[in-house]
Amino acid sequence: MAGASAILHRGAAVDAAAPAAAIRKAGTVRLEGLGKTYVSAAGKVVALNAIDLDICAGEIFGIIGRSGAGKSSLLRTINRLEQPSSGRVLIDGQDISGLDETGLVALRRRVGMIFQHFNLLSAKTVRENVALPLRVAGLPAAEIARRVEQALGLVGLSGKGESYPSRLSGGQKQRVGIARALVSRPEILLCDEATSALDPETTGAILRLLRDINQRLGLTIVLITHEMSVIREICDRVLVLERGELAEEGPVWQVFGAPQHDATRALLQPLQHALPEDLACRLRKDRRDPQDHAIVELGFAGLAVPDLARLARLAGDGPLRLVLSQIDRIQGRAIGKIVLALGPMTQPDAFAGVSDSMRVLGYVDSTDG
Amino acid sequence: MLTAQMVDRLQQAFWDTLVMVSVSAGVAVALGIPLAVFLVVSGPGGFLAAPRLNRAVGWLVNGFRAVPFIVLLVALIPFTRLVAGTTIGVWAAIVPLAVSATPFFARIAEVSLREVDPGLVEAAQSIGCRRWDIVRHVLLPEALPGIVGGFTITVVSMIGASAMAGAVGAGGLGDVAIRYGYQRFDTTVMLVVIAILILLVSAVQFTGDLAVRRLKVR
Ligand SMILES: Nc1ncnc2c1ncn2[C@@H]1O[C@H](COP(=O)(O)OP(=O)(O)OP(=O)(O)O)[C@@H](O)[C@H]1O
Ligand SMILES: [Mg+2]
Repeated sequence: MAGASAILHRGAAVDAAAPAAAIRKAGTVRLEGLGKTYVSAAGKVVALNAIDLDICAGEIFGIIGRSGAGKSSLLRTINRLEQPSSGRVLIDGQDISGLDETGLVALRRRVGMIFQHFNLLSAKTVRENVALPLRVAGLPAAEIARRVEQALGLVGLSGKGESYPSRLSGGQKQRVGIARALVSRPEILLCDEATSALDPETTGAILRLLRDINQRLGLTIVLITHEMSVIREICDRVLVLERGELAEEGPVWQVFGAPQHDATRALLQPLQHALPEDLACRLRKDRRDPQDHAIVELGFAGLAVPDLARLARLAGDGPLRLVLSQIDRIQGRAIGKIVLALGPMTQPDAFAGVSDSMRVLGYVDSTDG
Repeated sequence: MLTAQMVDRLQQAFWDTLVMVSVSAGVAVALGIPLAVFLVVSGPGGFLAAPRLNRAVGWLVNGFRAVPFIVLLVALIPFTRLVAGTTIGVWAAIVPLAVSATPFFARIAEVSLREVDPGLVEAAQSIGCRRWDIVRHVLLPEALPGIVGGFTITVVSMIGASAMAGAVGAGGLGDVAIRYGYQRFDTTVMLVVIAILILLVSAVQFTGDLAVRRLKVR
């Protein structure tokens, strides 16, 4: 419950305060006409095409899309692991395309990154791995020791400093990755499929850690994932990429509640429950008998509230059976659908307006239980 | 049985071999590792891409590796005189030994360096490492087990090559075996030298393997 209200609160805060925060706080990303074309012996590949995007300070921004859609390419232009072919990348208003090595090193201390396969140095201990960003930055040893301890504490690995990465579990390795990314106190954290190699339970723990960091440190997080549940659980806004183009973008509840693009619908498909088989095969297009039950789907896209008392009132005396219910609470809004079977005395039209969308799926005999 | 004189001779030969092999192995490491690093970082996809120079150095390395050691020993005489100031003795053998071992070791080290996961280099870049930091903190430490294994192979093959150093009067175990064992039919000397060489090579291989295992358990 606390988690849900936190999401609701944060979601609302981002909606309202985003433009102001973008100006005030550090950690904004702006992409202007961003394009990336890879040229190799095999030919040219257009990975990104004219992407315009604003990521606000302090938000958790998700990027989804099919394999090869250009997600990693986009993320990697933000810390210039990839040089854009066209367009600009602005971090806190500063164009990063012209940076020399010194400028790049400074930029990368403000933009941390974690990876799907953790990418920890096997020849160094956990402590040395986490200390490396500060060591190469030339900080004094005492300061390094203090901050490494702090970072390890933040990710819950205080006792593990002397271990080598090969001795750690996947979840612990990713925690080391996070500590290493955070030790230079960045404003932005980039996550490229950071939980893809982890089991569901560990994924949950890492997501909680990321959300916790986001709230405590006010860090902007940009993450790529193939798991829609990750977006649903921690993201404020989401971007859908399709073949290097921006398909759609918006608050998670909006994109998930009312997807506008085929690519989005395809990605969200696994979250959809189909009508139960036994019902689907008996469904008829039109009413043949006055005693038939209408099967009605009420869609919720985050605006209407699924008010059960109201539904019951509209059904009058007739039976009102719940056939299928799939309501997710995203950023404090009801997203999904419920499917109802209405008694013969209830007109489907009576339900118009109680949800964001209403559809009569068909009719079934009254005889079934 | 061995005469006291022969024992002395063997002892001297053992030290000569040890000096020749260890000094030239030291040179091979000192020059071979930078060479290997250069070949990797200047190659295609490396962060200091310099294709022309990379190819030129690659050809040079291959050229030296193509020449048999005994030929190199003779062909390098002018160069040896320039570097060591002499063309006979232990120091005169060290020059061609080092020249032949360096490209050999460099290629082996290069393979280990190439096997370092590019994701690690990327991670290092993402935390603000400069090029030199990446060589020092990522490439070399991560490739170290492979480099040490390759160094072991290099040293063993150098012990073999040093047997030909007698050609420039450098002595060493191989020289004794050929001069006394082969040319004067002293089978005992031959067998003793073979036994010493086997022990020496085994000791090198054992130490190398142990070091690699130590490095890998981390
Ligand atoms: N270094 C490269 N050289 C050539 N082509 C590349 C390179 N990196 C990516 N590409 C191509 O660019 C396109 C986008 O790749 P990208 O890695 O950004 O996709 P992605 O959305 O991250 O995919 P995935 O979900 O599989 O990680 C792909 O067609 C890919 O083959
Ligand atoms: Mg990717």
